[in-house]
Amino acid sequence: MSSAGLDLLYSDVEDDLRSAVRDLLADRCPASAVLARCDSDTPYDLDLWRTLRLQLGLAGLLVPEKLGGQGASAREVGVVLEELGGAVAPVPFLGSAVLATSALLGCDTGDGRVATLLGRLASGESTATLAVPLSTAPGSAFPQGVRADARGELSGRVSSVADATAADLLLVPGIGPDGPGLYEVAADAPGVRISAATPLDLTRPIADIELAAVPAARLVVGPTATAALDRALLTGAGLLASEQVGVAQWCLDETVNYLGQRRQFGRVVGSFQALKHRLADVWLEVVSARAAARAAADALAKGDPDTAVLVAVAQAYCAPAAVRAAEECVQLHGGIGMTWEHPAHLYLKRAKSSEIALGTPGRHRAALAALVDLPAAV
Amino acid sequence: MAGKEPGTADVLRRVRELLDEYDPVSTPRLEFLRARFDAGLAWVHFPPGLGGLGAPRALQSVVDAELAAAGAPDNEPRRIGIGLGMAAPTILQYGTDAQRKRFLRPLWLGEKVWCQLFSEPGAGSDLAGLGTRAVRDGDDWVVTGQKVWTSNAHNARWAILIARTDPDVPKHRGITYFVCDMTDPGVEVRPLRQITGEAEFNEVFLTDVRIPDTLRLGEVGDGWRVAQTTLMNERVAIGGSELPREGGMIARAATTWRERPELRTPELHDRLLRLWVDAEATRLTTQRVRQQLAVGAPGPEGSGMKLAFARLNQAISGLELELLGEEGLRYGDWTNTRPDTVDFYGRDAGYRYLRAKGNSIEGGTSEILRNIIAERVLGLPSEPRTDKDAAWKDLPR
Repeated sequence: MSSAGLDLLYSDVEDDLRSAVRDLLADRCPASAVLARCDSDTPYDLDLWRTLRLQLGLAGLLVPEKLGGQGASAREVGVVLEELGGAVAPVPFLGSAVLATSALLGCDTGDGRVATLLGRLASGESTATLAVPLSTAPGSAFPQGVRADARGELSGRVSSVADATAADLLLVPGIGPDGPGLYEVAADAPGVRISAATPLDLTRPIADIELAAVPAARLVVGPTATAALDRALLTGAGLLASEQVGVAQWCLDETVNYLGQRRQFGRVVGSFQALKHRLADVWLEVVSARAAARAAADALAKGDPDTAVLVAVAQAYCAPAAVRAAEECVQLHGGIGMTWEHPAHLYLKRAKSSEIALGTPGRHRAALAALVDLPAAV
Repeated sequence: MAGKEPGTADVLRRVRELLDEYDPVSTPRLEFLRARFDAGLAWVHFPPGLGGLGAPRALQSVVDAELAAAGAPDNEPRRIGIGLGMAAPTILQYGTDAQRKRFLRPLWLGEKVWCQLFSEPGAGSDLAGLGTRAVRDGDDWVVTGQKVWTSNAHNARWAILIARTDPDVPKHRGITYFVCDMTDPGVEVRPLRQITGEAEFNEVFLTDVRIPDTLRLGEVGDGWRVAQTTLMNERVAIGGSELPREGGMIARAATTWRERPELRTPELHDRLLRLWVDAEATRLTTQRVRQQLAVGAPGPEGSGMKLAFARLNQAISGLELELLGEEGLRYGDWTNTRPDTVDFYGRDAGYRYLRAKGNSIEGGTSEILRNIIAERVLGLPSEPRTDKDAAWKDLPR
């Protein structure tokens, strides 16, 4: 029940990392470019993704140095996600550097195959994703949609997987003769079909994956597989909160900026108390969301026994805070907020879709009910 | 003072020296407190000679924890909160050497209780519009007017007071800040009964109260600026207390939920969990604010904490009454008593619900706080105003 040992601030190193990512995104990922890409048939900015993983080494933040990574922690990943969220950058960072990487870290990293995969992800040679619906919450039952036969070939279907079309490697939870397992599947293996879906969130593509007797390598089986999957979902949910903080902060800043310039009734509309009070409330939620997200990231980094509670709090708080900031951003921009031309809608779509991702706020509250002993009515 | 400011080791050494010389258990309370003050361990961020060491403020919690662990008496900070939280920092910043020497030690020891004479019936959110007049008469000022919402006025020896000394200039510029002797024959204190039934506050009527000019804090006409120090510290005091998880208002609601399964409904469960999350996020935010202060990088987040706590306290106490169902129809006691402190948790849920209504009014309404956040943190312009440049006496009222 203690969180007294948590470090909720940003270190100097983390501030430097933020600056590097922010500068790059300001240069390479302006809202106009993100918007233009939404109408193209290349939803990912793969050049940007290449720079992020090869030049900045961001794909390997969670991976220990001896496995070829940066040996950083969830704290640094949180900082990167804040910046990526603030730019709604269309890169598969969440799927690859967070979800897939965390799942692999939950396997036996002494196993040569696992170590090799982590090395490939950390070096930026490969991009992976975890083949679960993005809406899957930590603590969910192990997915039943994919079966492995006695020869280890996978068949089945997984829908609404984030970042699958950018991945060359799929980590697939499947049920085999020995129980639940995590399988490595090459995205271009025979029998794999990845079909892009039309996503609500234009900057985080999702896809449906169909597997028909696909040859696969089993990385882990049994309770360790279940634990590795859950660990990945918990890490993803906790760190998604940082991305939501970035989204919310952008929406607040953009709205403050706009209301400080827009004139109606002979005044800057930001001088009307009716609007200022709404922004003050959004601001309060954003600063609280930042504290909650920082707590989750620090707990994940330290392996704090309180992590599950802090992740559930972060998701239950930050997801609606980002949605509210984005909804206020659209409303307070007036007519321009409803246009395709203004980027506000990209943030609204990201915020709302992220509210569903990795467990809705209601799912996280239900998890908390059990964790902090506030049982439901019977 | 030469050299660098004292660190944790210096402070801990002084605590040990104090405890070696004065047994915390057998030394009479006041004697121990005097020794603690003189050792610079009262408020370590104050200067040497005035109860401090010129040390970082964050080290105070180290001192408090060490002394509490040794069983030492404290100065009952809840009883003298206005003196500690508002009068003391203002006297430190604006007082003369003589005023600091005279007032700070008895204030911290709790020998002299302080109250605050700021709000008036006609000057609440627009505090700068206040009408209590102070007129110069030789070496004295003669003060006449009415103040309200004064906690502890009936126990106080001293008050911090702002009054209008020049009605011919715009309102913010004609105010002066004083220390007022509450035993002056012109001071009349009347209890102000509030919606909880009790009288935690007072109305204070000032009739030709004589205040020597030596009890002025800051320059004549500079009282508004001096008062900002007091008000900033008030908001820090209201919004900044450290809580464990499930501390504060959520504790009682959560305990009742656990202990009384027969009261549970699905709808209340959902609301309770939402508020539990809000309370925990707010608690983490105050923890973050404290960590920022500790490294000397205060962020603007502190301004929002009072706003957050007011909303939480009201929502949670409202939920608690509903959870109690039939019991929520009953109220503990409407007797008109005069409590010295606000005891949220030792009272019944009805009291908590009603008293929490004051949280969004006292020390700056939530509406004024939102203006402050929007203007000072977010940089949005203020509403157009008609009262800024006109002389106070010409304002419509």
